[in-house]
Formats: sequence, structure tokens, C-alpha cells
Amino acid sequence: VHWTETERATIETVYQKLHLDEVGREALTRLFIVYPWTTRYFKSFGDLSSSKAIASNPKVTEHGLKVMNKLTEAIHNLDHIKDLFHKLSEKHFHELHVDPQNFKLLSKCLIIVLATKLGKQLTPDVQATWEKLLSVVVAALSREYH
Amino acid sequence: GLTAADKTLIKSIWGKVEKETEAIGVEALVRLFKCFPQSKVYFDHFTDLSPSSQKLHAHAKVVLGALTKAVNHLDNITDTLHDISLVHAKKLLVDPVNFELLGHCLEVALAAHFATDFTPEVHLAIDKFLYEVEKALFETYR
Repeated sequence: VHWTETERATIETVYQKLHLDEVGREALTRLFIVYPWTTRYFKSFGDLSSSKAIASNPKVTEHGLKVMNKLTEAIHNLDHIKDLFHKLSEKHFHELHVDPQNFKLLSKCLIIVLATKLGKQLTPDVQATWEKLLSVVVAALSREYH
Repeated sequence: GLTAADKTLIKSIWGKVEKETEAIGVEALVRLFKCFPQSKVYFDHFTDLSPSSQKLHAHAKVVLGALTKAVNHLDNITDTLHDISLVHAKKLLVDPVNFELLGHCLEVALAAHFATDFTPEVHLAIDKFLYEVEKALFETYR
């Protein structure tokens, strides 16, 4: 994957504006509300049936932060995303048995959360760069499925 | 299908959309072309796909006009979009995956314009609405 200087700068500029725990929690909240079947992987989290329940669920915040921290690693290692996600890809396939379609759904939710945070600043070009970033991460997470 | 609660939420946010349909329509299309450039293959005849393109503005109005009609006929989206389905299915031969991509870009535009209104519940209602629209558009494909 080739990243231009503009793309690298765009990714970093947006990243600096984000409160990771907030963005992580809100992305997962939208995932569970808009695509409720995704809760199948989080039965141990307890009540995920409503916005209110999810908002006050500390396990959701914790997991949201975990996801965003890994994304941070990807952002600071754009040229090595495949290697970075190798073990995590194996884990999602062999251990967690997660359908990779879920990665795409979470990506959609994350972009929408970015839109609510950035408004007009999430221009079409900025969105395109982040869609590219997330699609590279999704591909890396899906790589070890066989 | 769409519940009574969904319909209320859809109509509520669409009231705000109707105040700037052209702008939101243009933005959704520009986002589509930037993020998913393969969608541009259906618009070779537009020559200019920039935000200031007259043809793009005209098309945005047509698209949003059809969606507004669907919002006003939530109980019968399939019949409402029948003719538009035929155009896409038989004349334009647009791969249906593009409806989902444009739907996503429209949701991003709504989230960017109406951050506080585009709650997870409204997001769900709009996503369900756009899915019904996508189904209606695919209805005459085969």
C-alpha cells in the first residue's frame, strides 16, 4: 500500500482531534444499535439492548479503547499494517470466530462517528483517506482467515 | 420492516434535509466519487464531477427528490421507486452495490451536517430506510 504525504498528514491531523475512549465507545454503540446481530460476540458484556444500557456499560468503553489503541498503532506504522495485525487476525479467526463482515460494519460506524465529531472538516477527501486506512486495516484483519 | 418509531425518526431528520437537499445531495455524490472512485464509471457523460458541476447539481436534485418521495410514501417504497428501478436495472445497468455505497455516503453527509440529531437511533432508522430503498431499486433487476 502506498501512502502519499498528504494522506499521512490527513490521517495524523484527524487523529490528533480524537478522544479515543469517546470515539471507540460511540463506534461500538452504533455497531450494536444499527447492526444488533453483532452483539453475538459480546455476550459476556451483559446488557447491550439499548443506547442507555450500552452508554453505561464499562466493558464497552474498555473494548472501544482497545480497538482505538490498536488503530493508533496502525496510524503510526502505516507501512507495516499487515504485520501489525497478523496475530490479531489469527485470533479473530481461530479463537473468536468473528465473521469478517463485522470489520466492515464497524468501519462504517467509525467513519460516521468521525463525521459527527468533525462536521465539515471531514471533507470528501479526508473521508476518502480514512476509508482507505480502515479498508487496509480490515484487509489485514481478514488476511489469516482460511 | 419500518416500525412506527422508525418512520417518526426518518421524517423528523428528513425535515432538516429538505431545507438543503441540493447541497446534501451534491455532497453525498462527491463523497461517493472520492471514496469509491469505481462508481464514476457510470458518469462518463458528465465530464465534470467536481462540486461545482451543473450536471452534478441537477442529478443531486433528482436523487434527493426521489428519496423525499420515498420518505413521503414509507408504506409503499417499492411502488414509489418502480420506474427508477427500471431505469437503473434495464437502461443504466448499475451494479446494485453502488446503492449501498451511496447510502453510506449520504449517512456520512447527514452525520456531518446534523451531528446532534444523527443519534444511534436515527442512524438505525435511516439505515433501515435506505435498505428498503436499495431493495426497491433492485426489484426489477431480474
